[in-house]
Parts: sequence; C-alpha cells; structure tokens
Amino acid sequence: MKTDINLSKTGRNSLILLRILIGWHFLYEGVLKLYNPAWTSKAYLSSAELLKPLFQWLSSDEMINLVDNLNIFSLMVVGLSLLLGYFERLGIVFGICLLIMYYIAHPALPGASQVGTEGSYWIINKNLIEAAALFVLYHIPTSAYFGLNLLKKKN
Amino acid sequence: MSKDNKNNWSRRDLIKGIAGMPIVGSVWWAGASKGVNNTQSRDSILKTLNINASPPPPSGPMGGDPIRIGIIGFGIRGPQLCRALGFGQKSWLASMAEASKKNPKDNRLSSFLEQEHLNVQITAICDLFDIRAQDAIDSFSTDKIKVQRFKSHQDLVESNVVEAVIIATPDHWHAPIAIAALQAGKHVYVEKPMTHNIKETYALKDAVEASDVVFQVGHQHRQTQSFLTAQDVVKKNILGHVSLIQANTNRNDDNGAWQYPIEKKANPYSVDWRQFIGNAPMIPFNAEHFFRWRKWWAYGSGLSGDLMSHDYDRVNCILKMGIPSSIVSSGGIYTHKDGRNVPDVMQVNMEFPDFSTGSSQEAGKEKGMTMVYSATLGNQYSRTTAFMGHDATMEVGNSLTIYADAKSTKFKEKIISEEMDPYIPIYQYDPALKSIDGITSATAKYFADKGLLWTYRDGKRVDSTHLHLREWLSCIRNGGKPSCNIKEGFEEAMTSHMAGLSYKLGRRIDWNHAKQEIMQIKGYNLDEVLLQDSEKIV
Repeated sequence: MKTDINLSKTGRNSLILLRILIGWHFLYEGVLKLYNPAWTSKAYLSSAELLKPLFQWLSSDEMINLVDNLNIFSLMVVGLSLLLGYFERLGIVFGICLLIMYYIAHPALPGASQVGTEGSYWIINKNLIEAAALFVLYHIPTSAYFGLNLLKKKN
Repeated sequence: MSKDNKNNWSRRDLIKGIAGMPIVGSVWWAGASKGVNNTQSRDSILKTLNINASPPPPSGPMGGDPIRIGIIGFGIRGPQLCRALGFGQKSWLASMAEASKKNPKDNRLSSFLEQEHLNVQITAICDLFDIRAQDAIDSFSTDKIKVQRFKSHQDLVESNVVEAVIIATPDHWHAPIAIAALQAGKHVYVEKPMTHNIKETYALKDAVEASDVVFQVGHQHRQTQSFLTAQDVVKKNILGHVSLIQANTNRNDDNGAWQYPIEKKANPYSVDWRQFIGNAPMIPFNAEHFFRWRKWWAYGSGLSGDLMSHDYDRVNCILKMGIPSSIVSSGGIYTHKDGRNVPDVMQVNMEFPDFSTGSSQEAGKEKGMTMVYSATLGNQYSRTTAFMGHDATMEVGNSLTIYADAKSTKFKEKIISEEMDPYIPIYQYDPALKSIDGITSATAKYFADKGLLWTYRDGKRVDSTHLHLREWLSCIRNGGKPSCNIKEGFEEAMTSHMAGLSYKLGRRIDWNHAKQEIMQIKGYNLDEVLLQDSEKIV
C-alpha cells in the first residue's frame, strides 16, 4: 500500500503519529466499554435529533444489545488496525462510518442541542475532524512504513 | 526501503513492524483497568446500598361478576377516572385518534387501549350539569347496559344498580357523598382532599370504621414504582437522619391555575345550582364558580388541599410520619388577581419534632424533621422533591436519584477513597429509560414529574390511577385493605386543613397527638374559619 504523493520523512512520520493517536483513542474507548458491562449507548442514540426513527430503532430494547456490541467491536477493530498497521484501510473505513454515525446522531448544527460536549462547535465538531483525519490517512496509508504491514510486505 | 533489503527484515524493520504492539498492550491495560474499576466501584456501591427496586406483586384477580359502578361528578377528574377504569368518552377517543395520527409518538390512545380489562360496568351517573351527564350516558351505554342518570347523589347511592361509587365532585361534596354511600353499604373511591373541613373528617372516619365496605382515597402515586423503591431506601436507612424535606408546586398556565374553560351551554336550566352549592353560602348562579370552583374556599381547598395534599401524601407514603405537630403557612394572591380567594403562592412549614428516619450517628443526637411545601402558580421552574438526610439526599419523582452527602458518617470511607462522589448519583432509578413518553401540556408534565400520571410495570407504562383503582377493585373482590385507606386519608385531610387554617389565621396551628385533634384557638371556630369564603381572616 503506497501512495504516489511524495512525502518527506518528517511528513510521513507525522502521519504515522496521527494514525497512532487516533488508533489509541479508538482502542481505549472500545476496551473501556468492553470491561464495563453497565455501559450502553441507549441514551446517546435515543436522544438523537436527526434521523430520529433510525436512532430510536437502534436504541430499542430489541436492538440495543446488538448495537452496543457492534459498537465496541468496531471501536476495537479500528483501534487495533491503526495501532498495529494491519488492514489499515479497512479499519479506517469502519472508523469513518462510526464517526459519521456519531455526528449524525448529535450534529453540531445551529439550533441543535449539544448535550455532553465540552467545547463550542458550529457545524464542525471533533467527530467530524477525526473523520476527516481518517480520510487523509485512507489516501496516504503508512502501514507499509510502520506496522505489521511492513513485515508482511518484506516477507 | 532499498531493493537490497527486500525480503530481509532488518532489526530496524522489525522494530518498526511491531512497535504498535506495546502501545496496544498499554492502551488495553489502561482501558481494562479503568473499565473493571468502574464496574467494581458500581457493584460495591450497589451492594452497600442494597436497594430493592422490584415492583410490588400485582393486586388480585379481576374475575367473577362485573362490579357495577356509579360515577358521581363527571367534570374533569371524573372522565379521567372512567378512562382509568377502561371507559373513554366518545369525544376523547376521537380526539386521541386524531392526536396519534398527527404525532405517532402520542401514545395516549394506545396506552388506554392496552390497559388491563378491570371487569367493571358503569351503570349510573350523577352530574349536576345536564350536558356532562348526557355525555357519560351516550359514551358508556351499551346494548346491554344503559347508564342510568340520577339527579341526586343520595338516589344514586341508595340505588341497587350500583355496588360501588367513585366520587369526583368539588371538595365540599366529598365527605357528605362518601358518608351517604358508606351508610348505604356501597364501596367508595373518593378524590383528594378527602374532606373539606375538620368536623366531616371525623364523621367520615367514623362512617368508614362502622362500615364493612372498601374505602380508598385517590392518591394514585402510591402505585408509582419509584415511590415503592423510595420506601425500601428509607427502610434500609440509606439516607440517615432526614432533617428536611422539600416539596414544591410550580405551574404557570391557565389550566394549572384552575382557569378551566367555561361551557357556553351551562345556565340555571342546565345546571342544578342549588345542589352544587350544598353547604356553601348561597349565591346566584355563577358559571365561573361552577367550572372553576377550585378558586374559592367555599367549594375547594386552595393550594393546601388541592396540591399540597398530593405532596404530603407522597412523603407520608414513604416515611409514614403522620400528622405534623405544628404548621405555619404564608402566601398570598400575587399572580391571579381574578376574584379568587385561595392563594396562588403558598409556603407551608410542617414540623415533626419527634420523628426520625434513623441515624448513623450516636444514639440520641438526631431527632426531628421539617417538611417544607413551597408553591407558586406564577412560575414553572421545575424544583425537585428532596429528602435531605445526614448521609444522603434522595430526589423522588417518576424517577429516583440518591446523592451521598459530602459529610456523611455512613459513607465517610467511600467518600475519602473517592469511590463515592457527592456530585455524582450513587443510585439512579429511572423506569422511563425503557420507553419514550409523550407529554402534551405543562400541567401534564408537572403531574408526570411527580409520578401522578403514570408509572411502570415490567418496563411498560401504566396509568397510576388505573393501578390505584385496580387495587380498590381487587380489595372489593378478593379482600384486603387499599393503600390509601381512612388512616392515610385522615392524616392527609387534617394536615391540609391545618395548612389552610394557618394561612387564613396568619398563625401557627398545633396538632394534639394524644387527643387526635387540632388544638383550639380562643375566639375562633376552626371549621368556620376554614369554610369562611374570604382570603384571610387575620
């Protein structure tokens, strides 16, 4: 997995750092939830303001366990793929999908209530920025330089 | 990567290849430790508290012959009680169908239709306004059972077409009708406040005690699941010594201030005005008095009897603290200067100097409690009902939340170890989490927040009035005593009357526990004071 964009070593290392930081964030979120059985995304989903029917359905009694488990699994897949540098692009696609879902449930749109956020946002919030960073990493993959993919390529 | 290096791992490549693994290990360790820690901390707190939030066993079966019920009073509360029995007016059913079509989340109709069948028949109606009586007849009559109208309650209670009566009249008629029904051997469900004055409170108590029928006062929150959980919290002495309770009313709309619609068809020909007046001072026909009777002491009981009675009984059903030793009330008419003579702002301080919920400190140190009821009909800011104990504070409404107190004796170690944070609830019980509710008005929200509109059984929303009526019907069918019987009604009524008296006289009113009576005040007949149709005496 290489890109035709010519990057300096510093530029490439910067992207590797970005990949590790995002992977770190995803993996920690996933593991924390995995080891905390009381956690559920029910309140976050059921209070969604956009696409209410979809999120109400996802947060229904019938669906919530599956949704919670899928969320934990996806968070960990993204975290592991980015940190280990293996199936990097697959992890990135999962990550972007998750972040877009989080954004749509509670978008930073004018007029929408932004409960539980620690900053001030107008249209752009941290979920969207993290998704954009993953978008960049998708187009400039770095696992061939840092991660298990490097060993695979050389094997 | 040079061509020479291809297919050969240098040490540098190996490090770059597996460098992510220790990071994964570290992050995993950190996340797992934190997650396990959170879980252990939560489990430890729950184990310490050991609160049992399980719902009560359902009241008995509803089999056998249908119970024949007469409805006395079919204004606002009467139709609500009929719906709780399973009988919706035609006009209500049509408007609810329309509402749910407009808003799919409006589940009032579906909740009504899903209610358990209580195996009752409405066989008789007594309302003094012809239009309303006819509405009940048209709505509830079937091919087999024609609802019979009685022009007076006396004829209805003496009729053999009813076995039980539901009384939802203005307050000044509660006791006279309830006593007549009891004497006629009919089971009674009477709305709150149980009585309108002191004398009839004793008379009703005597009538209930002399009868062998089932008597229930309409404090439906006794069926609310969070209140049943709160009883367990107090029983396990989680709060420690409760020194102060605050309960509040904040409403800021016409409906909440008893400014109900006046029906155009009401006139001296369609309303039995003389019977409406009853023991109140006679005045010429007045449609506003007929439809907005809660605004005058002559027929209603003001904030103290109308709304504080709910709050007092909400606390009394949890603590069972009985009638306060003394009450001091104050307030005025500050928002609705529309001719009413009951206050629209009222503060009531109830003292219980000998009561204690328990203690975590040395014996004898703590005793006594104040309950403060604070009300305004000119502001809608939502204030919580809070039980403030030495060890914890409990907020109770349709949900229940407990905060450990920063200076608690019982939880001292857990607070020092930071296992408990005084700003984060140590226990939260919210039966509504399993469903989304539609609330349609400010006053409805006020009642819902207090647990007066609905509660939950097995995660499903149920009208608490339906459960309260069900309990009454179960006792009629299967025996037993309802949760809001004459003892509870007597305590609610006397406390409400003491609050009203204190407001009107501008002085402290004392209760004599030994004699079970309000202490007399020289120069005043307390019943006359209570009924006197003026804002304040002093």
